Amino acid sequence: MEAIPPRENWPLWEVFIRARQGLDHKHAGSLHAADAQMAIENARDVYTRRNEGISIWVVESRYIHASSPAESGSFYDPANDKVYRHPGFYHLPDELKNM
Amino acid sequence: MPAREQEIFDRKIEEEIRIEPKDWMPADYRRMLIRQMSQHAHSEIVGMLPEGNWITRAPSLRRKATLIAKVQDEAGHGLYLYSATETLGITRDEMIEQLHAGMAKYSSIFNYPTLTWADIGAIGWLVDGAAIMNQVPLCRASYGPYARAMIRICKEESFHQRQGFEILLTLSRGSEAQKAMCQDAINRWWWPSLMMFGPNDDASPNSRLSMHWKIKRFSNDELRQKFVDACVDQVKTLNMLLPDSEIKWNENREHYDFGEINWEEFYEVIKGNGPCNRDRLEARKKAHAEGAWVREAAAAFAAKKNDSTKHLMYGSHTTS
Ligand SMILES: [Fe+2]
Ligand SMILES: [Fe+2]
Repeated sequence: MEAIPPRENWPLWEVFIRARQGLDHKHAGSLHAADAQMAIENARDVYTRRNEGISIWVVESRYIHASSPAESGSFYDPANDKVYRHPGFYHLPDELKNM
Repeated sequence: MPAREQEIFDRKIEEEIRIEPKDWMPADYRRMLIRQMSQHAHSEIVGMLPEGNWITRAPSLRRKATLIAKVQDEAGHGLYLYSATETLGITRDEMIEQLHAGMAKYSSIFNYPTLTWADIGAIGWLVDGAAIMNQVPLCRASYGPYARAMIRICKEESFHQRQGFEILLTLSRGSEAQKAMCQDAINRWWWPSLMMFGPNDDASPNSRLSMHWKIKRFSNDELRQKFVDACVDQVKTLNMLLPDSEIKWNENREHYDFGEINWEEFYEVIKGNGPCNRDRLEARKKAHAEGAWVREAAAAFAAKKNDSTKHLMYGSHTTS
């Protein structure tokens, strides 16, 4: 009955949507589509039925590489002991204005 | 190191930190999510059938347009949920195969027929209403992709319930025949809607585990009670009655008491013996089979385009 074996089925795409001019594209979700054009059209139908976006990016999920959550401790470690990167680290007299 | 991983997982659940697809999770948690989320996705998709039945016969252009929009939303809900479930390592094809093979369940409510136009109103008010009761707490489910899909869905659901109530309200202010049609639809959909919340708490071990893992936040009976309390007030606006003579305000509980659900009927429908189980599955399988040529053509077109871009890239050295 099924002509296309599951393996050859449409690839998975990740969808990013810009809600308004001036904002970043934000991950909205994923969907299956045969090609990029279809992915964009399906994304419009699935994720922007109520004017949620004015611009859509799609990228095949297999091209997204992610950091590993298991290593997140050591991976972000270099930033952990650098409180001096935050403005509150510096103690200055209260009379100092506009800084 | 499952012991240490388990500890991290338990702490996240405890501290309300969402579990994400690549995080370690107990096999049973994954299994439970796949079961619950795929059932949920199937319900959205099968749920289009009873309403789709009335699109061509909607009484006005306005009703037709809103019903199409609602059914489209349900298709979208199915897609959000299939995608979210896929993050757990099952493919959409596998889920759909399970549905078509009769191995996967969907909400028992969609195995009842839509006999009159008033049923479309009753579905919006009661069935979407019950679904909303269930779904709002799921926006805080411990599994991130599920919670995010539910937030999106809940934003869209309230229009569904309101359009249904508006249909009933119009009928309830119409001719005697329209009023009778309205009451008849409420009579037929009330009890099946209460069944949507699932078995009583003491008969639902799955539900306890689901609450332990913070997938569900309220028990079946708690949600059902909230639903009854809301509907008893809402039905007054319609000037209609709920088909249960035992509904009575209980001063001590500060809730409405209500009659006993016919659990025998519930389990028969779950087993596949409801009025429309066979029809629904047949309709799904037929739609899938009839769409095969579209999937094939799209895949062939994509492959052809891929080939020609490759040719272009390797043929000329102009790619930047
Ligand atoms: Fe829905
Ligand atoms: Fe809905």
